[in-house]
Amino acid sequence: MGILTAIALFLQSSMQMGTTILYGTLGGILGERAGNLNLGVEGMMLMGAVMGFMAGVKTGSAFLAVLIAGLAGAFGALIYAIVTVTFRGNQTVTGLALTIFGTGFSSFVGKSLSGVALPSSVTQAFAAVKVPFLSDIPLLGPMLFHQSAYVIAALILAVLMYLYFQKTKVGLNHKAVGENPSAADASGINTTLYKYLALVSGGFLCGVGGGYLTLVFVPRWQEEITAGLGWIAVALVIFCTWHPLKAILGAYFFGMLRALVFKIQGVSIPLFGHHITIASNLLDMLPYLMTVVVLVIVTLGNNRKHRPPAGLSNPFFREER
Amino acid sequence: MLKIVKRAEITPMQSMMQRCVAVIAALAAAAVFMLIMGYNPLTVFWNLIEGSLLSEYRFQQTINKTIPLVVISLGIAIAFKMKFWNIGAEGQFFMGAFAASYFALNFTFLPKPLLILVMFLAAMIAGAFWCFIPGFLKAKWGTNETLVTLMLNYVATKWIMFLQYGPWKDPNASGFPRIPVFDDAAVLPEVFGVHIGWIIAIILVVAVYFLLNKTKLGFEITVVGENIATARYAGMNVKKVLLISVCLSGAICGLAGMMQATGIEHSLTYQLSGGIGFTAIITCWLARLKPVNIVFVSFFFAMLIQGGAYLQGSLQIPSAVSGILQGIILFFVLASEFFSQYRFVQIKKHTPSKEVA
Repeated sequence: MGILTAIALFLQSSMQMGTTILYGTLGGILGERAGNLNLGVEGMMLMGAVMGFMAGVKTGSAFLAVLIAGLAGAFGALIYAIVTVTFRGNQTVTGLALTIFGTGFSSFVGKSLSGVALPSSVTQAFAAVKVPFLSDIPLLGPMLFHQSAYVIAALILAVLMYLYFQKTKVGLNHKAVGENPSAADASGINTTLYKYLALVSGGFLCGVGGGYLTLVFVPRWQEEITAGLGWIAVALVIFCTWHPLKAILGAYFFGMLRALVFKIQGVSIPLFGHHITIASNLLDMLPYLMTVVVLVIVTLGNNRKHRPPAGLSNPFFREER
Repeated sequence: MLKIVKRAEITPMQSMMQRCVAVIAALAAAAVFMLIMGYNPLTVFWNLIEGSLLSEYRFQQTINKTIPLVVISLGIAIAFKMKFWNIGAEGQFFMGAFAASYFALNFTFLPKPLLILVMFLAAMIAGAFWCFIPGFLKAKWGTNETLVTLMLNYVATKWIMFLQYGPWKDPNASGFPRIPVFDDAAVLPEVFGVHIGWIIAIILVVAVYFLLNKTKLGFEITVVGENIATARYAGMNVKKVLLISVCLSGAICGLAGMMQATGIEHSLTYQLSGGIGFTAIITCWLARLKPVNIVFVSFFFAMLIQGGAYLQGSLQIPSAVSGILQGIILFFVLASEFFSQYRFVQIKKHTPSKEVA
């Protein structure tokens, strides 16, 4: 295998490994742009992962599997929205509660699903599609034109979200709610409705992201299958400065890191005349350590252009003006 | 039509009642969930009580689970009081257990009291260090501590896994990946059938209560948590307060790890915590960060965990049900806090007066 082919395959798998993170990051952006920091991404992903898988097994329909995965995430987000928007509960603790709830819920529901395989009707629907000719482009061909529709959909969603925030009136209102809810309210925007819709659709994306793991990537149900990907997504929302296009870069960068960890495992590396293999558990630390490094870099480069939505984490309350 | 208005301060008694109502409402919601899943909620609740209280052994198990919950909740309370969202208790717990285990495995020649003391200190230092990292990053650059503490949890767990499958693997376990069982010299003594951690926990409750309510540092922590600008204006060294209390928080969580390793497991495994680092966040919040309340709330949650484990055997219900219960209770309590600040009043739709029209 030539070096070019090797790199092309590496890029292809990087994109797959970054897909769940991308869905989660996009979901997080929707919520935070409306002023609500939802730390429950991990929980919503797990709910989506387990419910999507169950729907896939029970119905054999790929469409229903994705839909249910998304709805499960949206359901988690709805609880979060009721507690934080309507009842003005503390956003940090509510998000944590959602993660604890989602983890418990997924292990509970998933108990009967371990070892179960998906029907072929579902796996085939999500199999990688090879676009003739285009997929033969050196380096970038396999990455972009030999992928599952599930992977490409995330990419398209990111672009659509960019257009939504930049070009549509609703998107502009959405941002206004996150920046200055009282001003938005005064100009006749229904802030509560915007927050609810933003959070619930964000939860939908997180659920779909979790579904990618159980429906395409693994594809099986395992307990706590997300293994912190949701939290990396939360960090990436900050890293990409609430910008959907930068989310693509961030997510695939982490995908690349995960692919790299996967590649180095068990490989002996020449070092000062010795051959060493790095224990896989130590390699596994890399994405988490990298997240910390990334967070520090982002806060170092803090400037006015890259600041969070001004209303983030501040509950807005009409009667309190 | 309903309108929301601010209400006057409510008494601690009212607030207590409010929480109880929220917990009962949460249990009702959980019952609905169980019905949907096809279980009889009354049987489940009865089994929870039976499995956590109704035999000497099970009661001891519940106490064993209460101890680390109390200790970690106290540690978290110090950080939360300052609005430093330390959700890295799990990692600090593991690093504490790791440091203590290092001495437990290699310094068995020391006399028992000295060895235990050394392990005690090592665990606190390791836990403190693990919480110092996010504290330092926050003080220096304002890095989001929620995410850093959380990421360090994963790093700590992977580190213990590495030890368990690598350098610390027991050569006498015929290939089974486990860390050797501690020497008797490194095992916490028992009083009334439970390791002496319970005495340490009680001492800590008093100490943290004293710290938060009666000392200058405690006052500074509260002010920094309420309003950083005020703290600065009053001439407090915010960074110093932050770093000291963050280290205290981590040290206490690390201590819990040592107690769990030497008191319960008599060894170190990457499953040592069983997720209590996260459960403690809930207990701490439910107790309104108050040390004495933490004891009662932790006991209640230890019942849920122990009872949940019992359910798995008695009714073949996955023990994860306790995680669901915990989450639901927290949702309800968080939402109920609304009613301590606001109340709904009914306003009659008045007919538009003529001047307006």
